[in-house]
Amino acid sequence: MHHYVGLIVLFPLIGLIVNGLFGRHIRSERVVGWIGSLAVGIPFLVAAAILYGMLGSPVEERSNTVTLFTWIAAGSFQVNAAYQVDQLSILMTLIVTGVGFLIHVYSIGYMHGDRGFWRFFTYLNLFIFAMLNLVLADNYVLMFLGWEGVGLCSYLLIGFWYEKKFAGTSITWTGDAANKAFWVNRIGDFAFMLGMFLIFREFGSLTFSTVMDSASSLAPGNSTMFWITLLLFIGATGKSAQIPLFVWLPDAMAGPTPVSALIHAATMVTAGVYMVARNSLLYALAPDTMMIVAVIGALTAIVAASIGLAQNDIKKVLAYSTVSQLGYMFLALGVGAFTAGIFHVMTHAFFKACLFLGSGSVIHAMHEEQDIRKMGGLAPVMPKTYYTFLISSFAIAGFPPLSGFFSKDEILWSAFSQGSVLLWAVGALAALMTAFYMFRMVTLTFLGTPRWAKDKHPHESPPTMTIPLIVLAFLAVTGGFLGIPAALGGGNALHHWLHPVFERALDRLPTAHEYSHMTEYLFMLVSVVIGVSGFWFGRKIYLANPDADDTFAAKAGGVFRTLSRKYYIDEGYMRGIVNPLVATSDRFLSRVVDTALIDGFVNGLAKVTASFSGVLRLVQTGVVQSYASMIVVGLLLVLGLILLG
Amino acid sequence: MIPHLLSVLIFAPTIAGVLLLLLRKNETAFKGGAIAVTVAIFALSLPLYFGYDAADARMQFNEHIAWIPSLNIGYHVGIDGLSLLLVLLTTLLTPIVLISSWNSITKQVPMFVFLMLLLETGMLGVFCSLDTFLFYVFWEVILIPMYFIIGIWGGKNRIYAAVKFFIFTMVGSLLMLIAIIWLSWYASTLPGGIFTTDFIALSRIAPAIPMQAQMWLFAAFALSFLIKVPAFPLHTWLPDAHVEAPTGGSVILAGVLLKLGTYGLIRFNVQLFPAAALQAAGFLAAIGVIGIIYGALVSMVQKDVKKLVAYSSVSHMGFVLLGIFGLTVQGMQGGVIQMINHGLSTGALFLMVGMIYDRRHTRLIEDFGGLAKIIPVFSTLFLIVTLSSIGLPGLNGFVGEFLILLGSFNSAALGSHWYVVFAATGVVFAAVYMLWMFQRVIFGTVRHEENATLKDLSVREIGLLVPILLFIFWIGIYPSTFLSKTEPTVRRIVQTVEAVQQGRSLTPANPAGK
Repeated sequence: MHHYVGLIVLFPLIGLIVNGLFGRHIRSERVVGWIGSLAVGIPFLVAAAILYGMLGSPVEERSNTVTLFTWIAAGSFQVNAAYQVDQLSILMTLIVTGVGFLIHVYSIGYMHGDRGFWRFFTYLNLFIFAMLNLVLADNYVLMFLGWEGVGLCSYLLIGFWYEKKFAGTSITWTGDAANKAFWVNRIGDFAFMLGMFLIFREFGSLTFSTVMDSASSLAPGNSTMFWITLLLFIGATGKSAQIPLFVWLPDAMAGPTPVSALIHAATMVTAGVYMVARNSLLYALAPDTMMIVAVIGALTAIVAASIGLAQNDIKKVLAYSTVSQLGYMFLALGVGAFTAGIFHVMTHAFFKACLFLGSGSVIHAMHEEQDIRKMGGLAPVMPKTYYTFLISSFAIAGFPPLSGFFSKDEILWSAFSQGSVLLWAVGALAALMTAFYMFRMVTLTFLGTPRWAKDKHPHESPPTMTIPLIVLAFLAVTGGFLGIPAALGGGNALHHWLHPVFERALDRLPTAHEYSHMTEYLFMLVSVVIGVSGFWFGRKIYLANPDADDTFAAKAGGVFRTLSRKYYIDEGYMRGIVNPLVATSDRFLSRVVDTALIDGFVNGLAKVTASFSGVLRLVQTGVVQSYASMIVVGLLLVLGLILLG
Repeated sequence: MIPHLLSVLIFAPTIAGVLLLLLRKNETAFKGGAIAVTVAIFALSLPLYFGYDAADARMQFNEHIAWIPSLNIGYHVGIDGLSLLLVLLTTLLTPIVLISSWNSITKQVPMFVFLMLLLETGMLGVFCSLDTFLFYVFWEVILIPMYFIIGIWGGKNRIYAAVKFFIFTMVGSLLMLIAIIWLSWYASTLPGGIFTTDFIALSRIAPAIPMQAQMWLFAAFALSFLIKVPAFPLHTWLPDAHVEAPTGGSVILAGVLLKLGTYGLIRFNVQLFPAAALQAAGFLAAIGVIGIIYGALVSMVQKDVKKLVAYSSVSHMGFVLLGIFGLTVQGMQGGVIQMINHGLSTGALFLMVGMIYDRRHTRLIEDFGGLAKIIPVFSTLFLIVTLSSIGLPGLNGFVGEFLILLGSFNSAALGSHWYVVFAATGVVFAAVYMLWMFQRVIFGTVRHEENATLKDLSVREIGLLVPILLFIFWIGIYPSTFLSKTEPTVRRIVQTVEAVQQGRSLTPANPAGK
């Protein structure tokens, strides 16, 4: 079956070409929307068929590569346009196309009436195309094509409403937010590229299987592996919005909400997690990097969660929540719990997509209002949105037996058993905050008395929007059953499925401490208590007083302001890096070096020569001479340098 | 196969130009005729691609006639993989430039067209010359039409810009002439040697020239080529020339003329003087890296779109320089393909800046904004070209930059990763200056009433860009079409250097043609 993997990539390509070239002439939104949706839905079915085929074949035959053609070759270097179908990539493909399909369908309703309707679906298909290349690539360079491709789509879709203003630190337009996303990601990509160069130097190839085969003979702890994995991880901090490169993601909310759900929550931002997991063997050989990954993950989880406590824009809350949840995934990877990381990628895709689409439904109903302080009492008006949102909130807060409970609990348990108490404690505290800000948001949005004007007339969304919500909520409930831990008598199917992918890496990691099931139950209990208390406080405080934040601000103004201003990190980057760079380029490089020094030297020589020759009555064309003499001087200088060097 | 194909290609434009001048038809017929001729020349140049045997690293399509027998100066032309692609780039861009000038050039049309045709002769001649003196002659031939194109059809400051362009290039070429003469004279001093300007003959003896002398020769050639590239700090003629030149002039200048510099560096500096090249590799690669960063940062703060694109050329050509002097197969392959890429992407950028200038008679970023809504086709194509310029994978720019960085990172000649670490920051800066400009020009709302009524691209304008876009995608997706033709040539040149490095015998990179 794996031979058909090309079709998975082909359909979104067809979709984007058809809608891109002819979309503007197709009158019917339905036609455009369904071309776009089917271009993602059909690949889902193909991937499901491939998965079915893999399930029926022996484990050692489950990983296959399909080569289409040689992409770039020079000397000893060669990379192909080739797809690697294995347990990990097919899982990611199913998530991308499955969740992607639902979000495409949702968009038919959400984008109704937008003059860029066809353009929107073109970009979405381009995104799916790039994302599938990212997860299916059999080598780093093709993965990088997908990597930058999804970044481009993110850019295009953040700036989709290019005429709209969008307020942020030094940001006034959606286009500014789009640029910020692209630039910050490029910083990560810079590191990713250097990582690739080092890999090529070390292994003479950029094909995953070749690199991994050579790497399996290495012993842990060599410094090249440290640099390779660190550079790749820096790449991941860009794409997956981790400290210090997370600043772009909250501003990415300038894009239409389905985009936030698909790209900035469910799929693209998890690319970094996937990339690290794909390189699990290299990371296992670099314990120092593993520690950095775990610490950055834990820090990001708690920093972003704490910012989420004080945001009032419904999408911003979800954005910081996403950053925080991605932190959990890296925490998992960092302690060597690769499967747990991927497990959380999956469950997070379900509940976070549902939450974002739910927020879109709310924004739609409230006529573009995004401030939760101006909402309230929406539950009876839009029950389907409310209940799916509520279910997903329970899932992210870690209520058993919803999906988020299993994946998050596995991460926290791994953080303790394979990492340290401290990592666990940070994760647990972040989990408490998560439950709190989620139910602060749920309460302020849906419960209590309405705080909106009567003439708003909010309404439930059409079926194209609510059906995807219901499907995603269903998955948010059931998705965790793939990974029920042994302590609870589960088979942990996901572990067994992914084990061959991570086998070589796990063999090289120090074995985890053995703890009794009793200890594990205890930690589960603590997780549940954390989730429930966050829920209880969040609900109680804001149900009693929707303006409770004012009380906090009055009592702890400094802390509250710091949180709501996101620790002033954006301001720091602007003042510390961006502004000085622009000022230096403008005032020093452009005006001083280029204009005053180099050209001034040229023109000055012209004048001097002219007046000098005037005195000596050697008047020729002064300008010409001066250039000549300048160049000769320059020549001699450079000549001297070459000879000395 | 057409006999004397290279000579036909080289001289057909000028001959056609003279005939057109003699016929004294009206301007439309004149332009139409010239376009027909250049299109025919492009079609004629295609057999070069199909007839070129990549497996054979020697010069092909050779033509050798005695010219000044007493000095052994010959009319010797031929191509290898390196020249092949540049010849095709030239024949592709020339008709595009002529068509693009259809409406925008209004004064002295016949002269403009004639100079463009003469320019094509010069450019093709340079890329095909296998005689150093012939090379020099064609090199000078290029200078004159370009000088007039800037000086007559340019903007307000055209005289200053034209003179600046002329002097910079002239000084460089004088040094080159001295080096050529010295080299030919040196050939005669060898036992049994004769005075000759033949490149193939010289390439056999040049690598063995004593180091001291080799360095001087290397420096003389390098300077004249570095001015042309242009490399920091010899670049200041370029922004002026671009800002003043008419669109067609800018496209040719960026698209082809800058490549004369990098072509010369490979053909003369590396191929003739591998030992000196090794010695100077670090210095020249550093010049390239400085150019990448400096060009990008200065580009970032420009207010005029055309000037911004001009400085971006300094940055892009810095990549080529780094690729060449990494002295690895990957790096140099990347450098060669990057020359083509820069010709296509920057050529297209200048064309599009010209299209918008024709409509609004301004190129200042602040005079635009919100164009996406008014002229969506322009905006979309401009985006694709912008992305190509910033090296997005899947488009052409990435293939070149990636190979350059990959190769130079592992370069034995450079022996340090730091060149590439700094150079790769250019990838970040490129996204900054290009997308920032793009956002201010294309996104946002329409701030100036004049922009609200702009007309989107005409069929003619789209037609101009389509062939370039085709290659932008082609090279990005399937670069083997082009890389496979240049690889044997590049490998040969790199092997010569490696041989010197490992202290083995000095074998010339290019044995005599068939």
